[in-house]
Amino acid sequence: MSRGATRAGGGIPHYKAVVIGGSAGGVEALATILPALPGDFVLPVLVVQHLHASDDGAFSFHLANLTQLPVAEPCDKTKVEPGRVYTAPANYHMLVERDGTIALSVEGRVNWSRPSIDVLFESAAQAWGEALIAVILSGANTDGARGILAVHAAGGLTIVQDPAEAGSVVMPQAAIATGAVAHVLPAGEIGRLLADLGGRKTNLPPGYRHSIRQSTA
Amino acid sequence: MDHDKIEIIEIDLLLEAVFRRYGYDFRSYARASMERRIRQFLSVTECSSVAELIPRVLHDEDFFSRLVRYFSISVTEMYRDPLVYRAIREKVVPLLRTWPHVKIWHAGCATGEEVYSLAILLKEEGIYQRATIYATDLNDKVLAQAREGVYSLDRIREATQNYQQAGGRASFSEYYHSRYDAAALDSSLRERITFANHNLAVDGAFGEMHLVFCRNVLIYFNRELQNRALGLFTESLVHGGFLCLGTKEDLRFSAVNDLYEVVDGKAKIYKKKGGP
Repeated sequence: MSRGATRAGGGIPHYKAVVIGGSAGGVEALATILPALPGDFVLPVLVVQHLHASDDGAFSFHLANLTQLPVAEPCDKTKVEPGRVYTAPANYHMLVERDGTIALSVEGRVNWSRPSIDVLFESAAQAWGEALIAVILSGANTDGARGILAVHAAGGLTIVQDPAEAGSVVMPQAAIATGAVAHVLPAGEIGRLLADLGGRKTNLPPGYRHSIRQSTA
Repeated sequence: MDHDKIEIIEIDLLLEAVFRRYGYDFRSYARASMERRIRQFLSVTECSSVAELIPRVLHDEDFFSRLVRYFSISVTEMYRDPLVYRAIREKVVPLLRTWPHVKIWHAGCATGEEVYSLAILLKEEGIYQRATIYATDLNDKVLAQAREGVYSLDRIREATQNYQQAGGRASFSEYYHSRYDAAALDSSLRERITFANHNLAVDGAFGEMHLVFCRNVLIYFNRELQNRALGLFTESLVHGGFLCLGTKEDLRFSAVNDLYEVVDGKAKIYKKKGGP
């Protein structure tokens, strides 16, 4: 997969994918963000939400009721397609390969979690580089912080739910503490920003770009 | 060339070195996961780049065995995904009964939890005594553990719950003996199981199997190696024989898709066409 968002004349970056990670309180935030995405949203959205190991597709089913976009729990080697939402199945890590396919894994837990947000974000950063948007939502552990660092180091756009409104502040705060976060926003505004960045028609100001200091990592 | 692109080359060279020096072929494993494990290993060594791992791996066997521990992942549990065992009971066993002798290949059995789960199921269905189960893995260490059949009591407690959800017919405690904080599975469960080393990347097919059970192994392979393994399974199965994959593994993305019909889409049970 070719790396990097192409920027016409230093203008709007052309993103290729969105990854979202959440834990406690994350489902509520998703319930605000996903309905904000228009039916012609062109980016694939990959979601890791910490779930009980016995969840049998119920979470994915729940999300499908919130959005106009098709939602599915992917099988291993599923090709990532535009405008679709993929949720990591309970008890599996979800990774992205450079060829744009999804890889699942039952390796050990990372940050006591399977699926782990770090595992998704780090692999997505490798696959999509600066063409990736990563979002950390509410949660009560620090999974996702390393992932945010990796996305930032690869030049991607990093967004975190404002701890002031998050159900659990630990995860957003850990992500913010990395110093690698471009936007801290309430869920409603995250939804609007994503819609602008990934909709067919963009409402962003002409000069928009995700300026953020260069990584020292 | 940026750091990431250089690291990709370094990883290729490391995997090539491992293969040529020790014969373990991880070159066809799912890449993202391999890279993650290599970076993880790198972070616990004093080396500062993947390239620096290469001479150590080539000249220091102990260093290599430390690395390979990061490569072989064996996470499994008894009756993982109870719905699968329920589907085997309801949709596969009735057909297995029609064969005078039942041959089963459990590929990638790791520490054996799932092969014993299958043995218990066959026992309860009254066909264990005419079954032969070949349980294979490429890792001799986990095979030795599988042969032992001793698990921690924590694991057994989880297993008991899964066993009930899987439609178990007895009390799970009938199948093990506790000793201190461990449980030894009843040795009668081992009677019809042959444990053997087999590597899906290099070894050949088994003959005349009625059921091939291979769950959450193919997800570690890239598409090429997946197709190789699926080719072996197809070659091994009799017509009308069953293939059971992990619940998130799907034949749709494979080269053998047309040779099978779906028996249970959720449990990922397939039947090789052309049989009774």
